[in-house]
Amino acid sequence: MSYIIEMLNIVKTFPGIRANDDVTLQVEEGSIHALLGENGAGKSTLMSILFGLYQPDSGIIKVRGKEVNITNPNVANELGIGMVHQHFKLVHNFTVAENIVLGLEPRKGPLIDIASAEKRVAEISKRYGLEVDPKAKIEDITVGMQQRVEILKMLYRNADILIFDEPTAVLTPQEINELMEIMRRLTAEGKTVLLITHKLKEIKAVADVCTVLRRGRLVGTVPVKDATEEKLAEMMVGRAVSFSVNKKPALPGEVLLEIQDLKVKNSKGVLGVKGVSLKVRRGEILGLCGIDGNGQTELVYALTGLAPVEGGKILLDGKDITHLPVKDRLEAGLGHIPEDRHRHGLVLDFRLDENMVVHNFQKRPFSKFGILDYGSIRSNAERLIKEFDVRSGEGPSTPSRSLSGGNQQKAIVAREIDRSPEVLIVAQPTRGLDVGAIEYIHQRIVEERDKGKAILLVSLELDEILDLSDRIAVIFNGEIVAEVDAAKTNENELGLYMAGSVKKAV
Amino acid sequence: MKSNKRLQLIVPLIAVLLGFVLGSIVIIVTGKSPGAMFLALGRTMTGIDFSGRADLNMRYVGEFILQALPITLTGLAVAFAFRTGLFNIGAEGQLMVGSLAAVAVALLVKAPPFIHPILGILAAMAAGALWASIPGLLKARFNVHEVVVSIMMNYTALYFVNWCLLQFGSVDRVKTPEFPPSATLKSHFLASITNGSRLNWGIIPVILAVIVFWFVVEKTTFGYRLRAVGFNKDAARYAGMKVEQNIVFSMMISGAFAGLAGAVITLGTFNFGRVLPSFEGYGMDGIAVALVGGNHALGVFLSGLLFGMLKAAQPLMQSQGIPLEITSIIQASIVLFVAMKLGIEAVLDFFTAYKRKGPAMAAKMGGKK
Amino acid sequence: MNLLINMFPIALMFSAPIIIAALGGLFSERSGIVNVALEGIMMVGGFAAATITVILEPVLPGWAPWIGMLVGILAGLVFSLLHALASVNFKADQVVSGTALNILAGGVTVYLAQIIFHQQRTKSFTTGLAKISIPGFKDIPILGPTLFDHVYPTFYVALLLVLLTWFLVYKTPFGLRLRACGEHPQAAASMGINVYRMRYMGVMASGMLAGLAGGVMVLTQDIQYTLTSIHGTGFIALGSLIFGKWSPWGVLGAGLFFGFSQALSYYAKDIPFMAGLPQEFFYLFPYVLTIIALILFSGKAVGPKAAGEIYDPGKR
Repeated sequence: MSYIIEMLNIVKTFPGIRANDDVTLQVEEGSIHALLGENGAGKSTLMSILFGLYQPDSGIIKVRGKEVNITNPNVANELGIGMVHQHFKLVHNFTVAENIVLGLEPRKGPLIDIASAEKRVAEISKRYGLEVDPKAKIEDITVGMQQRVEILKMLYRNADILIFDEPTAVLTPQEINELMEIMRRLTAEGKTVLLITHKLKEIKAVADVCTVLRRGRLVGTVPVKDATEEKLAEMMVGRAVSFSVNKKPALPGEVLLEIQDLKVKNSKGVLGVKGVSLKVRRGEILGLCGIDGNGQTELVYALTGLAPVEGGKILLDGKDITHLPVKDRLEAGLGHIPEDRHRHGLVLDFRLDENMVVHNFQKRPFSKFGILDYGSIRSNAERLIKEFDVRSGEGPSTPSRSLSGGNQQKAIVAREIDRSPEVLIVAQPTRGLDVGAIEYIHQRIVEERDKGKAILLVSLELDEILDLSDRIAVIFNGEIVAEVDAAKTNENELGLYMAGSVKKAV
Repeated sequence: MKSNKRLQLIVPLIAVLLGFVLGSIVIIVTGKSPGAMFLALGRTMTGIDFSGRADLNMRYVGEFILQALPITLTGLAVAFAFRTGLFNIGAEGQLMVGSLAAVAVALLVKAPPFIHPILGILAAMAAGALWASIPGLLKARFNVHEVVVSIMMNYTALYFVNWCLLQFGSVDRVKTPEFPPSATLKSHFLASITNGSRLNWGIIPVILAVIVFWFVVEKTTFGYRLRAVGFNKDAARYAGMKVEQNIVFSMMISGAFAGLAGAVITLGTFNFGRVLPSFEGYGMDGIAVALVGGNHALGVFLSGLLFGMLKAAQPLMQSQGIPLEITSIIQASIVLFVAMKLGIEAVLDFFTAYKRKGPAMAAKMGGKK
Repeated sequence: MNLLINMFPIALMFSAPIIIAALGGLFSERSGIVNVALEGIMMVGGFAAATITVILEPVLPGWAPWIGMLVGILAGLVFSLLHALASVNFKADQVVSGTALNILAGGVTVYLAQIIFHQQRTKSFTTGLAKISIPGFKDIPILGPTLFDHVYPTFYVALLLVLLTWFLVYKTPFGLRLRACGEHPQAAASMGINVYRMRYMGVMASGMLAGLAGGVMVLTQDIQYTLTSIHGTGFIALGSLIFGKWSPWGVLGAGLFFGFSQALSYYAKDIPFMAGLPQEFFYLFPYVLTIIALILFSGKAVGPKAAGEIYDPGKR
């Protein structure tokens, strides 16, 4: 068996973490080899080593049977290894062609020969079926196209081994299928594909072999056709995983949150939310799903007061909160678990207990006459830490920065649920968390629903939406294109709505 | 993860050490003796001539404390702004308009002693706050680069204040008429215990300012709000805080500290207004003081003393043949070293790894480029 | 009209150092390093140029100022290495590092003046740069006397540098890579570009240009170097960079604008409604103008995306 890539006994440590602990990976030429693991399992680190962004502490790398030392991406390129990054590395105001030839520019004397660059790009894109406009600026093209530019970057450099790092996070189901077609076409042309992912369905659909990592260690390598999704999940997590949440049927009451024909501008200055109407009742979870970038972020910001409203109304328990400042909405009974825990959810440089009172530090008992009462602030944090099982190094005085992602999120959830708002808006609550934390947070959300709160859940993870929601709405291009009962729909139907292929009469 | 508090202490100390080392090297390279510099510093700080040639003279100590007063205040100004996420490089201009206000109150308002200087101080703080509100507003509303605007405001203040001072009637186009004694902070008592230095009651507002700084920033809800905005604007907005308003408030408070410095100089060190040919550098000194003091009240207090000592030693050094500008060189180096703290921490990590695990491991850990 | 024609050479004289220093800022910021130390580098360059001119004047009269400017370029280059070292290798906050260098420049230049000249300024030089008149061109009606008669050659040097900068930054591979480092250094790194090296080059370019600007300024506008020789021009140059939206042609326009505003003070007495204003007004006019320009243009101003951020290779 000739392996085109061998990574043998790789060890890589960062301060405090053993990211790769004696990992061995062997990839056959012309195969699609998946690398599966949860967040923090070490898959990205391993591939970064292969791509020359990091150096291993120990271990051997062989390419086409010969031992190599990949010290930087240039060396990796020369060996024919290329990487399509999860977070695209594209310069937003350069053109497609400029991004692709950056670092290896065709020249005419001292000048860049931009014409021949564009020609070459057109050639390659045609050959592999990756349609792009070489003259378009990155900031003007869709996410799916941007990904093609990333792939073209590698093909321009004659990469034979293409590493894809979590490529499907930002794609519609249809684009995902197209991507898988592209991967099959690449291997048909003799290329080798390494696919880093935690999406079991995709592995089953397109991969030949799968290597599973857990907490930096190698769990095993299996041929995909012999492994079920359940088996792969178990390898990934280390225990049997239940794929659904235990919940009682909902008993919805009166409408607590009403959104009427809402219009919100996005960061580009055009309407991102183009007239959305929704109702969320007491004791119900309404799940809003859609591909990232279709207006859900703007919708959440408008509901919570972080963005102004261009048109339409927001009613909280009958009260018009459309133009109220953030503080007043919170007082009126709105809660928000934000999508970005580092940007909105926490002040990372505060201690944990200081973050816990960020909404009500100016009220008693946390302060009196403008002077903070650190005693109460501390004991409040202690209570929440205990109740919500937030693991922290030094208790209430832990710097928030040093909590793990999962515990940071638990802290935010603790704070928001403790306020007991009547309407809770939950955005991406489990992004980047491990399965244990996910289970816990899902549980608490359902508990709030059972207490009679109205919950709007916005998530990019279809599984999460299907697990938790009582009703599901789909947003596409700033409009609600479907509203269905969770029990009566499935992923495929939702996928079609999310891609805008079908519009259900609402 | 290293203990944050320990690092906060070590880095400024290392920076100060390195700064003095660098200064000594410069002195040696240009053919002079660093010994003279250290003697001058010693004398300034304690009044004692460690070379034994002259007698104890408390005037040096008095002047040392005097020099520390305004830069402690501008240090508090800059530190306050830093804590709230802003770089107040305009303290110099705020100080000048503060001086102007103090001059105006001294010459135009009639009041009994004790009340008179307090009025002057309040006017100066208000003027400083107003002058600082402009870059604050511009940043909050128009997202204007606060550094460039503040520097422009400094130059504008220089010429504007000069013109205003001349309107009070000046014989030599350098000094305004003298203030009535009721208006000043001068103190016979303090001058007498320091052998005739210019030390004055300005000490009191400075100490009060340090305490107020500490209290407001660490203990009040207002300080909590400002720190939140300074650390993470988005999270502050999410929690319902009014970010733009707080940016302006914090610049104004910062400006008030700087304006106070102007009052302390004009009413304390001098008793007349001065038309200045160029900046005196208190604003830049304040930046050094704030950075080395870690933007904390006690730190600013101590580093204010450090840099005050450097400034006060200048005449002594010059008389020993060492150009007084060496203090700027030392000061700038210290600021530079403090700014490099992330890099210095990396070097420290490298050395501790070296000691524990040997050179190969240390190289590997540092190899994460 | 005559007034305008007469003002031109003076305005060009003031504009040249602003434009040259702003171009320096352009290189640095385009590579991702904010450089507020343009002022300090100009001081160092100006000091070096003045010192060399004073020393060489007796021996090499016509050449002294040109050699002086060359040394000014060198001095600026060396001084800027400190900023590069602190910002790139030691991950310092770039604005603080720049501010420290501004303080250092004041200290170092006057310290050396004391050592060399035993006073807190350099000795005066007899003639700085000489004005030139280009034969033929100077006889063109209107344009002739404004642009080609008795003007300092420095403006044309500035113009040439604008052209060179435009060419280098927008038309060559070096420029593409430089801009990539300032917009998205992780992307540049993933394409095999050495971001550290590029940023060093950006800062060194700013050092050379600002050093030149300082030399130009002292040799055309003063008779010696003093602590106040540069009086904020480095910051006006930064303002020009922002005002000119980080493009060489924008910088040219902005620099001319500020140069003219400085020239105004010389000719105020000839303009009826300005004659009665106190001289302090004219001193502060360019600075107030910069503030107004920033207000009008900052909202939309988008500089290089990653400028000012500490480069984190591991950022994903």
